[in-house]
This record gives sequence, C-alpha cells and structure tokens, in this order.
Amino acid sequence: MDKFTVMEASAAPLMRQNVNTDVIIRVERLRDLPRGKLGPYAFESWRYDLEGNENPDFVLNKQPYRESKIVLAADNFACGSSREHAVWALWDFGIRCVIAPSFGQIFYNNCFQNGMLPVMLPLKEIEAMAAEIEESQGAGRVKVDLENMVVTTPSGRTIPFTLDAIRRDGLLKGRDQIELTMTRVAEIDAFQKKDRERFPWIYARG
Amino acid sequence: MAQETLFDKIWNRHVVADLGGGYALLHVSRNLMHDGGGGPLRLIRERGYKVRNPELNLGTLDHAVTTEPGRTKDSKSAFSGRLDIMREESKKAGVTLYDVGEPGQGIVHVIGPEMGYTLPGTLLTCGDSHTCTHGGMGAIAFGIGATEVGHVLATQTIVQRKPLRMRASFEGERHPGVEPKDMILYLIGRIGTAGGTGYAVEYAGSAVRDLDIEGRLTLCNLSIELGAKVGMVAPDETTFAYLEGRPLAPTGAMWDRAVADWRTLPTDPGAVFDAEVEIDMAEVAPQITWGTSPENVIAVDQRIPDPASLDDPDRRGSWEASLDYMGLQAGQPIAGTPVDWVFIGSCTNSRLSDLRAAAAVAKGRKVAGSVTAWVVPGSENVKRQAEAEGLDRIFKEAGFQWREPGCSMCLAFNGDRVPPGKRSVSTSNRNFVGRQGPGARTHLASPAMAAAAAVAGCIADVRDL
Repeated sequence: MDKFTVMEASAAPLMRQNVNTDVIIRVERLRDLPRGKLGPYAFESWRYDLEGNENPDFVLNKQPYRESKIVLAADNFACGSSREHAVWALWDFGIRCVIAPSFGQIFYNNCFQNGMLPVMLPLKEIEAMAAEIEESQGAGRVKVDLENMVVTTPSGRTIPFTLDAIRRDGLLKGRDQIELTMTRVAEIDAFQKKDRERFPWIYARG
Repeated sequence: MAQETLFDKIWNRHVVADLGGGYALLHVSRNLMHDGGGGPLRLIRERGYKVRNPELNLGTLDHAVTTEPGRTKDSKSAFSGRLDIMREESKKAGVTLYDVGEPGQGIVHVIGPEMGYTLPGTLLTCGDSHTCTHGGMGAIAFGIGATEVGHVLATQTIVQRKPLRMRASFEGERHPGVEPKDMILYLIGRIGTAGGTGYAVEYAGSAVRDLDIEGRLTLCNLSIELGAKVGMVAPDETTFAYLEGRPLAPTGAMWDRAVADWRTLPTDPGAVFDAEVEIDMAEVAPQITWGTSPENVIAVDQRIPDPASLDDPDRRGSWEASLDYMGLQAGQPIAGTPVDWVFIGSCTNSRLSDLRAAAAVAKGRKVAGSVTAWVVPGSENVKRQAEAEGLDRIFKEAGFQWREPGCSMCLAFNGDRVPPGKRSVSTSNRNFVGRQGPGARTHLASPAMAAAAAVAGCIADVRDL
C-alpha cells in the first residue's frame, strides 16, 4: 500500500451533503472495469450528461480542479454502498485525500486499506477553506501533513485535526493489515480453541 | 455486575485482541459472500494465503444473476463471467456455494437467516453494506470493503473501532397500512441519513417486539441508510421459533445449549446507551420518498416539501437538485404522481411476508396500463414457497411479471434497469441518483404501497384501497 505523509496540492470544493458511493462510481463500471481504469468514470452521473458530454459546470470538469488531489465535501461523504471502487475511482482520478465533516463508515475504513487519507474537520472550517480556494480561482493550494496532523489553507491558516493512532500509523508506514494480523496467528488459534468450547454450535452447522 | 447492552455482550465475546484507542481485532463467526466474493478469494490465493476457516464462510449468487424467467445455471450474460469466478474460487477454497436453481441461492441477506446460518450472538461480515440486515436475528452484522473481505478470509478476523450505542424505541401499535418499512423510513426522515453515523443501533420498544423476524430484518436492513453500519434487535422467543429446524441451525442438545446462551443476550435493564430516540407509533403513517436520499421522505398524504423553507444553503441546494432530478414540484401532494415502473424485491422487502402483503393488494386488481411491474422473490426458497401458496398466480393475473430470485433492479447490477427519466416505486433501499439506472427516478416505499402504485398507476395511499 502507498504511504501518506505530507501533500500540498490543488483542492476541489464539492460542498454537497450525503454524496453517495453510487454517485462516486456507477455500478456498471465496478462490474465491468478493473481497478486502475476507473478515473474517467468517477462522479459519472454528475460529470457527464446521459449522452456522455461533459457537464462544464461540474467542479472536477473545470481547471485547475481536473488536477486536484484533494476534495473538500460537506457532511456524510461517501455514504451508501460498501463498494471499495469508490476509493479506487477517486484514486484513479488522482485524489489522495478527502476533507469532510463526516464520512460513510464503510468508505472511511476502505480509505485506510488503500493509502487514502480521510480528514474530518468542522463544516465551518471546510467552508472557509473552500471560499479561500474559490477566491483564488483554484490557484490556492492546500497542504495536508499527516505526520503533524495539520491542514494549512491557501492563506496559511493552520487547522489541526485528529486521527486514531492505529489508522495514522498504517498510512504513514503504508502497512498491509493482513500481514500485520498474520503476526497474531497464535492469538487467533487460542481464541478459536476457547470459542469452540464455549459456543460449539458456531462451528457445527446444521 | 455491570449492566450491558446487547451490542456490548456480543462485541466482547468476539475480541481476540485489544488494539488500543477503541480498536479491537475481532473474531468473525460468520462471513457471507455474494458473487462479488470471487475477487477477494482470488486475491488472497494469489498472495499465497489460504482461507483460514472455510466452514465459517458461505457463498451465494445474487448481484449478477439474470432474473429472467426460465434461467438456468448456464444462462449467459455480458458479465456472467463474474459468476464463474465465484464458482471456481469458492470451489478451490472449499467454501460452500449455493448456485442458481438450488435452495439456498438468493439475495445474501435473505438466505443467511432463511437457511439458519445467521444466528443470535454471532459477529457476521459480508462485502455488502446491507449486511446490517442480519442484526434482526440478534447478531452484530456489518458490511465491509473488498480488502477487508480478503482480511476476513485469510485470518477469520477483522479490525474495527467500537462504535457508540444508540437505542431507537418504537412504542405503541402499528396503524393499519403501516409496515416495518414505514417505521424505518420514518426514523430516517426524523434523524437523517447521518443520524446514526458512528453508532450501532438497537431497535427496541413494543412495536419492534411485536414484529415477526422478516419485519425485523427489514427494519435492520435500512440501518446503513441512517449512517449506522450495525442495526440489531434482541433475540427472543420469536427468533428461536423462526430458527428452529432451519437447515443450518443447530439441532438436538446443541440447539438447547444455544438457546440457553441466546437468552442471556438482551440488553440488561440498567444498561446506558450513548443516544436514545423514541418514536410514537401513533405518528407513523405509510411513507414514500420524494428525493434522492432516503431522508427525503414524507407520509403519502403529505405535500412535497419546499426547499425555500430551509435556512441551510447546502441543504436547500441538495433539495432543489433532488426535485429537479425527480421532476417534482414543491408544494404538490405526492399522491397522484404518475408512475411508470414498480419493483417489488431486494434485500429490504423480498421475503414471503412482503410478497403476501403486496399480493393482498394486487389480488383481484389489475396493474395500470402505463405501468411495468416486477416481483423478484428474494431467494429460491421464497420463490418456491410463494408458488406453493399461489402468490405467483395472483401477481401474474394482476399483470405483474414474476421473476427469478436475485438483487435485480435494486441496484441494476445485472442489467435490470428502470429506463432514463422513468418513475419507479420500489421496495428497495436507495433512491440515489441513477441507482436503478441512469436517469431513473426512484420512490422508496413498502411492498403494499408499491403494489398500490402499480394498480393505481400513480403514487397512492394504500389505506384508500
């Protein structure tokens, strides 16, 4: 997995509530396309009309946001389906960090499996940052520093954020969770031995 | 002794290791896979890992199967290769797979409880957000991503942060015409699609205790639409009676031992929740959504709300965009809105009781000429039982299509789609932009309300029929 440490990049304001994972990547795309090819289809329902023409008003169709590595969003970003393709589609588009007040919980976990950083900040802070970016017509860059857990806005304002230590370490080191858990095989063995005695019906179906 | 919630009791018995900061490595007692499971199975095999406990995993085919009447195992479609990957990989891994035409095949969240695989007190995962459905059996069940599925397969564990606990109590009796779907849609309308974010929700109160298991599964199914990964109902005599004798449920002395354990699971009287919500059933009428989020919901006899009434500009914008997409006018009554499609099915509402409720409305009536109406049973077993009762005949005589079991038009994965711009009343769980097909306009409702829309040709109040 790729590491996430510090990044300074263009940030696209997508200040909508309840952006769902069906909108981030349509179901036909996750059915028919492999990971790595999803970028052109991220936010398909908003980026294109039904004939496939680009919607010039959608933020990710405008310059410089076509090159953004950060998305700013409102509450409950990426709610809905568990499709990990939502993370992969953002990744394939070039996004490495999403800043929102809250996230769909399955998407949030999926980010940490893929080197993507979800940052939670209060809505007011994100709105103010979006306003700074819009004033600079997108020229202002946002810096996200995971080591020190601080976001720096285009005007140089610094906003601290928090992240659970286990998630932060995983991203900083680009750690693979299966490998990590495999170091605990003896504990899992011991757990199952005891569990089998306490709750034998779990292991003996029908 | 400490007073514990249902959630805490089940969580605690699955902790393999405390990882600090509220995180735990949890044992997974049940992992279910649908046809998307082929990917993670292949991935871990290619990385050199084995499925640690094949016997604690179970697979079925639902998302990509055709629902065309007369289908077989060999029915091909543009993407049925995905089914073959799941068949091949589950065979290699030694995981049981219920294939097309076999009892056990069906929507993964229908077959788990139906086969007696989902048991009280278990911790159950599946690579699907509606895994919360299984909480209706008194389990902790939640959806995970594909990489996490691989982790479960290789280690039979999952890393999770312990959520907060919320109790949603529904007190009083259901009015006629009000179904479990209406209860949960009403709650979502009241606290919003992020109202449960970060919580495990226990549904309680007299109206929940009165529900049969299928109603509880419907209630828990929409927990994710509240933002909650986990929804649950305490196991009780209704649960045990439902489970006893099902193919994969414990039997004999093991059954007695299991039931004795399950009786200890309900929340202790003095246990404290991090949040409490109370719903008076007197307030709950048949619901219908008007927008592109499940929280955009009203009673069927109400008017479409006006975005101008909102102070919050983000929320106003999202309501305006919803009305525009849905082709609706603020201030108009929602009843009477013409409908093109009706879909009765999905992991929310495709069980026998759902089909009975829809058939009771359809019986002796005809689907309106302008409407295409589908019934997609949730599983092979549901289909066979419904046919044994003659429900299929009632639907067919009324002009509904009676199809083969699968996820179908809930998410349009298999190509079953509502055409662009067409309006659908659907018993599924998501009215998102494009969910039932690009440009499709979805109204969520109960099976009885969906059947009422089919015969009326418009959104209709089932209580008036």
